[in-house]
Amino acid sequence: MSAAFDEKIHGTLADPKLQFAIYKATGRLVEERRKAIEPDLCPDYQELRTHANSIKRHTIEHLDHYLEEFARQVEAHGGKVIFCKDAEEVSDFVLSLAKERHAHLIVKSKSMTTEEIDLNERLEHHHLEAVETDLGEYIIQLAHERPYHIVAPALHKTREQVADLLTEKLGVARETVIEKQTMIARGVLREKFLAADIGISGANFLIADSGAVVIVENEGNARLTTSAPRIHIAVAGIEKLIPRAQDLAVFLKLLGRSATGQRLTVYTSFLSGPKRGEEIDGPEEFYVVLLDNGRTKVLADSEKRQSLYCIRCGACLNHCPVYRKIGGHSFPWVYSGPIGAILTPQFLGVRHEPGLPFASSLCGACAEVCPVKIEIPRILLELRSDVKKAEARDGAGRIERLMFRIWAWVMRHPRIYEMAGMAAGSIAPSGEGRWIRHVPLNAGPLAAWLSQRDLPPAAPKSFRQLWRSR
Amino acid sequence: MSRESVLHKVRTALGRSAGQPVEEPLPPRLVVPAVPMEHRIRSFRERIEALAGKTYEAMSAIDACEYVSGVLAGRTAVASNSPILRDCRISSLAGVQSGITDAAELRAVCSTAACGISGADFGLADTGTLVMLSSREEARLISLLPPVYIAVVARERLLTGLDELLTILPHPAEQTSSMVLITGPSRTADIEQILVRGVHGPGEIHVVVV
Repeated sequence: MSAAFDEKIHGTLADPKLQFAIYKATGRLVEERRKAIEPDLCPDYQELRTHANSIKRHTIEHLDHYLEEFARQVEAHGGKVIFCKDAEEVSDFVLSLAKERHAHLIVKSKSMTTEEIDLNERLEHHHLEAVETDLGEYIIQLAHERPYHIVAPALHKTREQVADLLTEKLGVARETVIEKQTMIARGVLREKFLAADIGISGANFLIADSGAVVIVENEGNARLTTSAPRIHIAVAGIEKLIPRAQDLAVFLKLLGRSATGQRLTVYTSFLSGPKRGEEIDGPEEFYVVLLDNGRTKVLADSEKRQSLYCIRCGACLNHCPVYRKIGGHSFPWVYSGPIGAILTPQFLGVRHEPGLPFASSLCGACAEVCPVKIEIPRILLELRSDVKKAEARDGAGRIERLMFRIWAWVMRHPRIYEMAGMAAGSIAPSGEGRWIRHVPLNAGPLAAWLSQRDLPPAAPKSFRQLWRSR
Repeated sequence: MSRESVLHKVRTALGRSAGQPVEEPLPPRLVVPAVPMEHRIRSFRERIEALAGKTYEAMSAIDACEYVSGVLAGRTAVASNSPILRDCRISSLAGVQSGITDAAELRAVCSTAACGISGADFGLADTGTLVMLSSREEARLISLLPPVYIAVVARERLLTGLDELLTILPHPAEQTSSMVLITGPSRTADIEQILVRGVHGPGEIHVVVV
């Protein structure tokens, strides 16, 4: 585990207000989801999951076919598709289009994919104003932070912090009533929507047979982003495809329920191309940017490619005992929680934060709630193995490997095992039934491991002794 | 830019070759229950009201027009070019602007009007959802910019739910560049999970079933 990871975790654990905010928000989302999938409201919930998993598997296994079909359909409806291998290609495309069209102001609706490639920073670097319009995203953009949670980006901010932020950044009188804070943001952002030249959105789904971008949201900012400016650019990972519009029947039901417990979110937009002949409003130009940025690397591993089924509902974060303690900003990349723990090492390499796949109790809650049934714990185990292999290649972890080799040898020799057990029992502190909170070992290879753990006292008689005397 | 190279990487990762055929995916899972119209109307209204929307079941075109007139209460409004609004004479109510076909004019009117009024192509009974297809009759911004939104939907347009919509409309992209499902007023809970309505879209919606 890197020092930075360790430090952020301890910072979060030591902040009681933050602990309460995370606990309350994730707890509420867990409860909303639970109510929404109760058998009388959603009797076929498990069948929906199985079906969604099967559709995602099929699409990912034949992704080249569906990408080509999607591109053909977008072009048939007068839109353009741009394949980009990385962040730089995306920003180059947006910058050159903005220059050609003399665009200065960009409005954005919430998109984890553009967070992943730091698009705002790249555009601002070239003097383009890119404004986030989802309320939570707007708050964290003002604060220059990363989203704390996939669906609730400003989950960690209190109304007092938001009040300070609005006063500092917008010069408005300090306002601590949440309704009024929201209306201040609405007023500022409404002007931006009407003045913007380009709207950049993400995509929840890309529909191959329609060439359509599907966006779900509650605020209306994605509808404004994709309807008001004369140019709409959707930026999406190549894994967002599903074959047919009719498949939405399954995915929309799962996404709303898993994310916020809604049967459907307030707005679902199904957008295919620029406005047509007699339509009154809508963008005149429509672009879909399809981003690789490491996804083809994930795709190449037949075991772990299921990581790409993710529909970004955030349920695994809400149910994760680790996320609920260490929060979103402890994670080393934009994707946090269990899904972040499996995506980050695969996108950025296992050396980026070797401690990440180990920061899990493998309790399995994430896999149980995942609407597309990604086997997150199994992938974490594979990644742990990848971390250890990488360390071995780097020549690190020698002592650990030696100890495991000795352990394996001892385990195969019952007599030696018994002797070792007796020896360990005789030197281990006996706590008279109480757990040992502080193991008196503050140096050596086990010191860091023991500093985080309590040990049970040694039993007076070993299992083998008890077995023999029965 | 990288089209061929990305597609090539995808194929290599999957061990596929260009143009290699694809087996059929699972058939779509669409379940359309038989629900009598009276039940659909009841469910549709209940769901919208559960989300703090208001509903009204009009017995006639005149009844619908009177209800809308009452909601407007003299406020300015912009109405879409939907035939149902003309048939109910809602388009010609005092203070209602209608018949706009120019995008710039529409945007200007929608930015200042207190209310937006439109028809709806369909209603989804089990979720209380309005389905709006963009066309020369229905603009996108009418249901989006004004703080109050009124939708008028013909009762025979009430479907059981999303599955029925996708059954009768398997390819929405063939008909419109934009199909939007609207389920209740615009809302957010981004600050301390406190629910606030009307953050970007309308915070108040009225749905009239005729």
